[in-house]
Amino acid sequence: MTENGDKTPLVVLEGVNKHFGSLHVLRDINLTISRGEVLVVIGPSGGGKSTLCRTINRLEAIDQGTITFDSQPLAVEGKALAKLRSEVGMVFQSFNLFAHKTILENVTLGPIKVRGIAKADAERRGMELLERVGIGAQASKYPAQLSGGQQQRVAIARALAMDPKMILFDEPTSALDPEMVQEVLDVMISLAQEGMTMMVVTHEMGFARRAADRVVFMAEGQVVEENTPEEFFTNARTDRAKDFLSKILTH
Amino acid sequence: MQALFDEFPVILDAFWLTIRLTLASGLVALVLGTILAGMRVSPLPVLRGIGTTYVNVLRNTPLTLVIVFCGLGLGLVLDVSFSTSLSTNYMWLSIIGLSAYTAAFVCEAIRAGINTVPVGQAEAARAIGLTFGQNLRLIVLPQAFRAVIAPLGSILIALTKNTTIAAAIGVGEASLTMKTLFEAHGDAVVQIFAGFALGFLILTLPTGLLFGWLAKRLAVVR
Repeated sequence: MTENGDKTPLVVLEGVNKHFGSLHVLRDINLTISRGEVLVVIGPSGGGKSTLCRTINRLEAIDQGTITFDSQPLAVEGKALAKLRSEVGMVFQSFNLFAHKTILENVTLGPIKVRGIAKADAERRGMELLERVGIGAQASKYPAQLSGGQQQRVAIARALAMDPKMILFDEPTSALDPEMVQEVLDVMISLAQEGMTMMVVTHEMGFARRAADRVVFMAEGQVVEENTPEEFFTNARTDRAKDFLSKILTH
Repeated sequence: MQALFDEFPVILDAFWLTIRLTLASGLVALVLGTILAGMRVSPLPVLRGIGTTYVNVLRNTPLTLVIVFCGLGLGLVLDVSFSTSLSTNYMWLSIIGLSAYTAAFVCEAIRAGINTVPVGQAEAARAIGLTFGQNLRLIVLPQAFRAVIAPLGSILIALTKNTTIAAAIGVGEASLTMKTLFEAHGDAVVQIFAGFALGFLILTLPTGLLFGWLAKRLAVVR
C-alpha cells in the first residue's frame, strides 16, 4: 500500500440518510475519506453504494445529515454547487461521454467552459491526458467509434482534466466486456499509486486488494464493515460480509 | 393558362412574400420555441409554469384567431406599429402571430428531443461543473436538436402553409393574391388554383427533402 498522504479528512459524512420514496437507501452513514486515500466500496446490488457515491458531488441530494468537502458543507445549488462539482471528478458506469463531441472536445470542454482555460492550453493538456490513458491516437474520433474500455479511459481523462481534488468511480468496469476491464483498472491503479484521492464503487475484488487503502462493505443502506483490504478479505468480522464474500470469491 | 403567364410577376411577388413570412416567422419561432423548451425543463417552477401555460394557450387557439388578434388587437387597439406603410406593418403583425403560434409547436418538438438525450449526458455535464444554462446550451440542446430535425421540418412545412392565414388581416401573400386573381380571371379559376397549389409544392417538397437529409446527416451516433 502507498502512503496515505497527510491523512487530513477531505470528505466527511455524518448521519447521512436518504430515501427513495419508501425505500431507505442510506441509513445513518458516517464516513470519512482522507486526502490521498483510496476507498473501495463493495457490497450487494441495491445496497446503496452508488447512491452514496453520488451524494458526494450532490448528484443525489440527501434527506438528513451533513456532508463536508474540503472543510466546507456541500453547496446546495447554483454556482457554488457547480464549483464543488468541478473539484470532484466522476467516472460513471455507462461512461457518459458527450456523444456529439470528439474525444478531445470531451476532455477540454470542462477546462475551457468551467475553468476558463485558453483553448490551446486546454487542448495541449487534454492530449497529454489522452496519451497517458493510451487514447491519443483517437482524439478526433467520436465516442461511439471507441470500444467501451477506451471510452471509460477517456472518461477518466475527462475527470483528470479538471485537476480534481478527488475522483468518484461509480462501478467503472461493470458495463465493460471482460477483456476490457483490465485496461481501465490499470489506469485506476496508476492513479491510486500517484496519490489521487479516490472513492471506488466496484465489484472488482482484485482491484480492491491491490489498490485500496480501506474497504467499506455496504448492505441494505448501511456501512456494515470497514477495514483494510487484507483484513476484510481474509478475516471479515460480520456474517453479512462473510456471506457476501463466500458468494463472490468462490467463482 | 394564359392568365397564369400574364400574371406571373404578381404571382412571384406574392410567393416572395410567402417566403419572407415563412423565414422570418420560422426564425423567431425557433428562437422563442427553444427558450420556451428551456423554461419547461428548468428547475424553477415559475419558469416551467410560464412555459407550460404559453404552450397550452397558443397551441390550442386557432391560428386565425391569433392572427386576427395580432392585426386588430395589437395593430388597431394597442397601436403597435412597425412601419408607416400599412402593408409592411400588417406583414410584421402577422409575423408576430405566426411566430407566437409556431413557437408552441417548436417548443414541444424540442422538448421531445430533450427526452431522447440520455440522462447520463446531463449528469456528466453537471459532474464536471457546468451550470444548468451551460449544460442546456452545450450538451443537451445540441443533441436534442439533432434528434428532432425531421419534426422541425414538418413544423416548417406547416408554417409555410399557415402563412396563408395572414390573408385574414389583408397581408397580400399567395392565397390572398390568388383570390384577387380569381376575380380578374373568372374564366381561369382552375388553372390559377393549380398554379398556386404547385407554387406551394415547390416550396414545401424541397423543405421536406432537405430536413430529411439533414436529419440523417446530423444524427448523433450513440
